[in-house]
Amino acid sequence: MLVDFNFRIIFEYLPLFLTGLKSTFLISVVSIILALITGIIACACRISGIKTIKYPAIAYIEIIRSTPLLVQIYFLYFGLPTLGLRVPEIQTGILALMLNSGAYIAEIIRAGINSVDEGQLEAGTSSGLNYFQRMRFIILPQALGVTIPPLLGQNIVLVKDSALLSLISVMELTRCGQTMTSERFMPSEAFFTVAFFYMCIYFCLKAVADWSQRKLIFREAY
Amino acid sequence: MMGFYFSRLVEIYPFFLKGLWMTSKIAFISLVSCTLIGFLLGIFRSSNSIVLKRIVGVYVAFVRGTPFVVQIFIIFFILPEWGLQLDAFPAALLAMAIMGSAFICEIVAGGIHSIHKGQWEAATASGLNLVQQLRLVIVPQAMKVILPPLVGQYVLLIKDTSVVSVIGVMELTRVGWVTVVRIPEGLMVFSLVGVLYFSISYPLILLSNYLERKMAV
Repeated sequence: MLVDFNFRIIFEYLPLFLTGLKSTFLISVVSIILALITGIIACACRISGIKTIKYPAIAYIEIIRSTPLLVQIYFLYFGLPTLGLRVPEIQTGILALMLNSGAYIAEIIRAGINSVDEGQLEAGTSSGLNYFQRMRFIILPQALGVTIPPLLGQNIVLVKDSALLSLISVMELTRCGQTMTSERFMPSEAFFTVAFFYMCIYFCLKAVADWSQRKLIFREAY
Repeated sequence: MMGFYFSRLVEIYPFFLKGLWMTSKIAFISLVSCTLIGFLLGIFRSSNSIVLKRIVGVYVAFVRGTPFVVQIFIIFFILPEWGLQLDAFPAALLAMAIMGSAFICEIVAGGIHSIHKGQWEAATASGLNLVQQLRLVIVPQAMKVILPPLVGQYVLLIKDTSVVSVIGVMELTRVGWVTVVRIPEGLMVFSLVGVLYFSISYPLILLSNYLERKMAV
């Protein structure tokens, strides 16, 4: 089985894998930042009382959550050119990841805000705070603790989802594995190396997520 | 031009229905097998045996740590090297079962952990054996914690069936991909694909929301 596992070829292709790793890393970081912004905006629209921005936000979140990411990626990849927009694959991919994760982040933030007790809001109102002050001083500080662990979990999901960009030929980690497979036809060396790199990213991110969860539980206990 | 393509798309709608049928078939079979394997592994994971726990832990870490596409490639391209040649459809089912069961395992283990220790002790004191303890006392109570995230996971699994299109299984996404080559209207074709996915997964999302509200403690 693994007797003829060829480590030499992996070392030969290591520079390729490292560029792939770098590109996966960059795509993930950019998408996470953009998704966070999208999520905050979508959540703000979603919980606002104004119907003209509330219903589009609901539609956006529900549509994204009930269709697969791959379909969204293809939708943008094949769809943007028909609108006359020629966008490089990598930007299409980042856009898809941003829109996808943004919807999930909006729901995570909303759940955090909803988890704050109703009485807190009433106390804020009776203290004479206006809407923004209530949000700023009462709701958000409390919601943050509940929001951070699932947000970090969403980051892990996003990094793994970025592997789907290989299907629209973005040169990231999985695509490097495919390239190596097609050049040398050594799928096990290629994909186990890819899997190994993803595992490394996963364990780093998971350590951070677990740490934040412990910290937050610790704080809650006092 | 758009109208022309639209009429072409209407002409080939049976093709899409076939894709929808394939997606539902993969989704259904893999949901059932994932649930069965996932429950079994979840019970192993929350058992007292350290060896069993570790083995399941490694399995779960491997599956959760790598993207589903990479897992599919490993199953479809590497198993043949080891002498196990699978067609696209069984390979897809196998990949789905491996991926889904790891996620469901974590949900089930979490649910079982949430049960108070006294329940186990009471069940033991009543003279039930391990299987009876699980079946009659622990799992029915844990279901309350397990069910909402389980249905949520089902939605994710149904959406993940789209990824098996990469090994050429003719399901909904693959149908869209094949169609878009002939009918170059990406927005229209993938909107249709999206609507069909929506029709399967949205009812489950509503069910998941409902269960979350109902089972909230």
